Amino acid sequence: MLMREWLDSDASLHKCGYPFGFLDDGAKKEVRRCLLKAIAIPGYQVPYGSREMPIARGWGTGGIQITLSLILPDDILKVIDQGCDGSVNAVNIKKFYQSVADVDITTDTTAATVIQTRHRIPEEPMTDEQILVLQVPYPEALREVEPSEMETRRMHAEADYGRMWLYLYEDIVACGEISISYRYPVTVNGRYIMDPSPIPRWDVPKLHMADTIFLFGAGREKRIYAIPPYTRVEPLEFDDHRFRVEDFDGKSCHRCGATDTFFDEIIDSADGGRKYCCSDSGYCDKRMAAWNR
Amino acid sequence: MEPMIQARELTKRFGMGCERCLESTGPDQETNRCWHCGTVLACNGVSFDLYPDEALGVVGESGSGKSTLVRLLHFEWEADGGSFVIHRNADLEQLPGLFAEASHYSCNLFGLNSFQKRQIRNALMGIVYQNPHLGLRMHVSAGGNVAERLLGGGWRNIAAMRQRAADLLHRTEIPVERMDEPPANFSGGMQQRVQIAKALSNNPLILFLDEVTTGLDLSVQARVLDLIRTLRSELKLSLLVVSHDLGVINLLCQRTMVMKYGRVVESGLTDQILQDPQHRYTQLLVASQL
Repeated sequence: MLMREWLDSDASLHKCGYPFGFLDDGAKKEVRRCLLKAIAIPGYQVPYGSREMPIARGWGTGGIQITLSLILPDDILKVIDQGCDGSVNAVNIKKFYQSVADVDITTDTTAATVIQTRHRIPEEPMTDEQILVLQVPYPEALREVEPSEMETRRMHAEADYGRMWLYLYEDIVACGEISISYRYPVTVNGRYIMDPSPIPRWDVPKLHMADTIFLFGAGREKRIYAIPPYTRVEPLEFDDHRFRVEDFDGKSCHRCGATDTFFDEIIDSADGGRKYCCSDSGYCDKRMAAWNR
Repeated sequence: MEPMIQARELTKRFGMGCERCLESTGPDQETNRCWHCGTVLACNGVSFDLYPDEALGVVGESGSGKSTLVRLLHFEWEADGGSFVIHRNADLEQLPGLFAEASHYSCNLFGLNSFQKRQIRNALMGIVYQNPHLGLRMHVSAGGNVAERLLGGGWRNIAAMRQRAADLLHRTEIPVERMDEPPANFSGGMQQRVQIAKALSNNPLILFLDEVTTGLDLSVQARVLDLIRTLRSELKLSLLVVSHDLGVINLLCQRTMVMKYGRVVESGLTDQILQDPQHRYTQLLVASQL
């Protein structure tokens, strides 16, 4: 029987002996304990025993394990992949959740209680009732400048961040500005330098003093870290070279007409013309629906 | 005058150690390796005072523990014993942040944790190694190398940092238009001067010079030594100069310690040691050199 047929059949996972949420209680407990530690030390990477999941490592298993260890039967989930509710990664993860946890799925940011996301933070402001879970490919912000894990841990412990700043200095000397477009390093609570996962610069200010709790899971690299609500999250910047978000001046979404969101650029294969549309598909659909009413 | 640094009974050993280590090593036994347990006593019972604006020389042959001493004081290696105190003065109290607290001075710095040691090192110390590859990032621009220490010290203004880096490089005779080139493109003497600029960037109280002129040709040696002498008189630095070259020590230092097999065999005014060496080893050293 194909995996797909089996998942769709009555014998799907939780009906054939798997506990609610796929992970066993011991695994959930460990992830939750690591989450508590991560929240207690904002920005610190807590190592954890990443479990084998029925999805390949590097496809969001860190985020999936966090979500599975948190969700309850009455939760409402939203899963997005680069802002989009309908892309392959998001759809498959949603199907997996439905088969192992049977929770409701939504595309509406405001209706969801837990939002799992890859590389975007939704446009609509979130509340202190919601949890945002981010999938992280490379949790170590200092990896750009130091290949050794032992050394980066020492650098974090001693707050020895001169080399990370030097990386930005050299970037400015070479390019005239900081050329990091995503994975922009941030200082959390004035202490640890953290990788905010590959979100665009556009989303970085949303982490600062947010109402929502942000949980980061890297399944392949076996790390969990977190930003608790109302925590200072400052992108690395210089007095004379400030952090900037992407410039979408004069551009608007070709579907919903929004001018204040992060855009995907679409190049028309027929005539090579450029169009822009909201990267957050749920928000775009919502605006369209309101427009049509 | 009060000494600025007091180091007492500095000890570094490699190995388990045993009760007969002390008696079976040292200059009299002509070894620093205990033949009972195989432990190497790289540095044993070294004590000295360093006064403000003073230059102290450490001289000895290879393996005498000179560089070990610098690595202990620069917190690169953990000491196995001894105490290292930097006495408070007006300069220290102006330090930013965590370490302006009185409790962190006039205590044994070897007892601090690595985070605190790093803060002290960033604020108070500079080091110039024999090999520029140890002190510099060869593929980061020369200006960036100088800026790294400033960034570590909390500078967050690119224009101000570039200005400071340009000033320092100018003083160490590096053409300022080459400040955005990596030191890998520079000659050995230039790399050594970039290292000096980097070591001076945070206005250190103490500068460690670990065999700075070894491996440079004579005319370049002279220029580097000249530069160090000028900077020292301008910046009011305390120097700890490690060298096997008595000429360098003679030129730079008022006082000198002679080390052999991990121990100090003789110490005193440099002139006195060169003119009237007491210990057999020092006599040999002076005779072979001058």
